[in-house]
Amino acid sequence: MDYVPAIARWLHLMAGVMWIGLLYYFNFVQGAALKAAAADNTAAGITKHVAPLALYYFRWSALLTWLAGAALLGGNIVAAFTLSGSYAVIGIGAWLGTIMLLNVWGLIWPNQKKILGIKPATDEEKAKARRIAFLASRTNTMLSIPLLFFMAAGAHSAIYGF
Amino acid sequence: MKNPLDSLWGTVITGLVLTIVLYYVAKQLVVLA
Repeated sequence: MDYVPAIARWLHLMAGVMWIGLLYYFNFVQGAALKAAAADNTAAGITKHVAPLALYYFRWSALLTWLAGAALLGGNIVAAFTLSGSYAVIGIGAWLGTIMLLNVWGLIWPNQKKILGIKPATDEEKAKARRIAFLASRTNTMLSIPLLFFMAAGAHSAIYGF
Repeated sequence: MKNPLDSLWGTVITGLVLTIVLYYVAKQLVVLA
């Protein structure tokens, strides 16, 4: 067995499932659940106990996914990020994943800290943070669609016509 | 104009359109090499 790429691919898949799974949980489940919970004053259960833990695994699995992906690319990382020849396929996936990782650590997490009260913020700052975090999260959900396509196509180029 | 990311359907459709666009970009990049 070729240990480094084999373990990197395994980790990349496991961490990626956790990252995108939690992203879909936030966008497809938690958003709607919070609206319903706010109507009967039970939102605190989600915002206090579920969201911080989900965000913890979300942001660290995002980083682990990216690092394992970089390890998997190994010496081909420059060819991928410069979209050289056949590496353009996985390269587009790598760029999408990188933009998404930056969204997680640069926009979603800093703004969620204000929303959840981990970082002090006024009501006005919280309202602004809520909109930024929402749009960054929705952007990542949108980008995950081509991301997963190019991850699959990068590993199985023939069946995708490349 | 409404932001498509405000709805889940808008988000999914935007993602699918972007996938198609990037697919043809990738095809061109591979062919040009």
